[in-house]
Amino acid sequence: MTSTPEMTSSPATASGPATGRRRYTKVDPIPWWLKAFGGVVVIFFILPTLFVIPMSFSDAATFEFPPRGFTWRLYENFFTNPIWLDSLGNSFLVATLTAVLATTVGTAAAVALWRMQGRVARFVRTLLMVPIVAPAIVVAVAVYIAFLGWQLTGTVLGYVLAHTAIAVPYVVVSVTGALGGFDLQLLRAASSLGSSPSRAFVRVTMPLISRGILTGAIFAFIVSFDEVVLALFLRSPVFQTLPVQMYNSVTVEIDPTISAASSLMVVAVTIIFLLPQLLRGRARRR
Amino acid sequence: MSSNKIRWPSWPLLVPALALLAGILLVPLADTLIRSVSTPGWTLSNYSNLFTDGVTLTVLWRTAVTAATVTAAALLIGYPYAYLMTRVSPRARGILLVIVLIPFWTSVMARNFAWIIILQDGGPVQSLFEFFGADDVVFYGTTVGVTIAMTQVMLPFMVLPLFSTLGAIDRRLLLAARGLGSSPTAAFWKVYWPLSRSGVMAGVILVFTLSLGFYVTPALLGSPQESLVAQLLAQRTTLLLDFAAAGALGILVLVVTLVLVAWANRMGGTMSAIGVVAAGRTEGRR
Repeated sequence: MTSTPEMTSSPATASGPATGRRRYTKVDPIPWWLKAFGGVVVIFFILPTLFVIPMSFSDAATFEFPPRGFTWRLYENFFTNPIWLDSLGNSFLVATLTAVLATTVGTAAAVALWRMQGRVARFVRTLLMVPIVAPAIVVAVAVYIAFLGWQLTGTVLGYVLAHTAIAVPYVVVSVTGALGGFDLQLLRAASSLGSSPSRAFVRVTMPLISRGILTGAIFAFIVSFDEVVLALFLRSPVFQTLPVQMYNSVTVEIDPTISAASSLMVVAVTIIFLLPQLLRGRARRR
Repeated sequence: MSSNKIRWPSWPLLVPALALLAGILLVPLADTLIRSVSTPGWTLSNYSNLFTDGVTLTVLWRTAVTAATVTAAALLIGYPYAYLMTRVSPRARGILLVIVLIPFWTSVMARNFAWIIILQDGGPVQSLFEFFGADDVVFYGTTVGVTIAMTQVMLPFMVLPLFSTLGAIDRRLLLAARGLGSSPTAAFWKVYWPLSRSGVMAGVILVFTLSLGFYVTPALLGSPQESLVAQLLAQRTTLLLDFAAAGALGILVLVVTLVLVAWANRMGGTMSAIGVVAAGRTEGRR
């Protein structure tokens, strides 16, 4: 066991009971090895994914590392090859529709749950989290068999419905978070001033939780855009999404264009994901 | 159920979310369950076959061992990291938290492709081992490679429950233990560790459970000869078209998962931990 984060390694206590040296124990420094360990873990978190960026400029026809030469060929192929371009377009279509549907449904559910209490509300809240904890493969197999019967495999509608089901929890979580700081009195004030409930929602609630809704929509988009397991089962020869094409390019084709696709995915998702975080952080600090 | 003072009930807002959940998840899963006990005729043979066909048990055992290894690795890495998070300044804590969430939010396919590059034969990790004299270490196509890649993405689920537990521990207890003559190691094991146990339990159960369902990582980084349960499930569904047998296996995995998650949830706030991971919301920001 190398990792016992035992932190009272102040020099004072090393020399016996530290009665007269309370000042030292208060300083209570973080040991250097823990910081070093943290640094290594940070590298383990970040570094692997960054490998795809140099790879995307490689001139080699395989996945060999280190990359050879420098060329934009893989990006060129990504944006001109109809197979890659179509799957990118499909992914955008499915993810956008999923984001719209999941945000609507999820926001409604979060608002409802926020005003409900007791066992039923708790049960529903747990139920809505099931898509996150249920193994994707089990869901995918069940959905695949059902959609075969309903003739939804390989259709935009099938993709959107399946992705919405797993994206809703993310919207519920982020809208619920935004509602946490919301004062119910405001709604009472609105209604006492003659506003109808729906009008009060649009004019009072919505603007105040708009950040939560936006965050939820972004998560829903990313969840769908990046989803592989369900997509692998729902694909058809005529309709597949970008992650499925990436999967094919590793398993079936050995097509290095996946390096370019991966780099674009990493950069795009990072920007989409970090943007509201940074904006929010800045706004709050002021 | 009428909520106090606001005239309209809120439960109708839940209907779309519940309808979607029911239609896309619960109906197909119920269908799977029914098919697994009614084909051919009313029987439990699909379930008893799982334990007698010679393959399933081996695969289940391998899956459990892999999940346990991932869990142990995540705990060894995550515990000191979560501890470090409780010690640093709020700003550094925010950064450490974002970093821990990065693997979770980077594109699944990009991340797995990156691991292929890194772990492949002749790749950087193998070269590093060769440099130190270990010539025949293979990562790509082995369970070792799968374990490394899974640990990276599972770490948030270990770190977040741990962080919320460790952050609530009064560190003065450690100082008191030291003041009473305890060694740093004893103070850790007798005071700090017992207080952190609920977070450890939640993280361990959560990571183990989620690791049971991995599909893409073992499919891309592992070998077909050493498949995990998700691959077996996919194979029985799409190649063998044995929906009833696949259904029985899927239901088994799902039930195990849900029971473990429910258990972890009782150990302390796992659902909220999932929520935090899901929404990438930063507790340290408050």
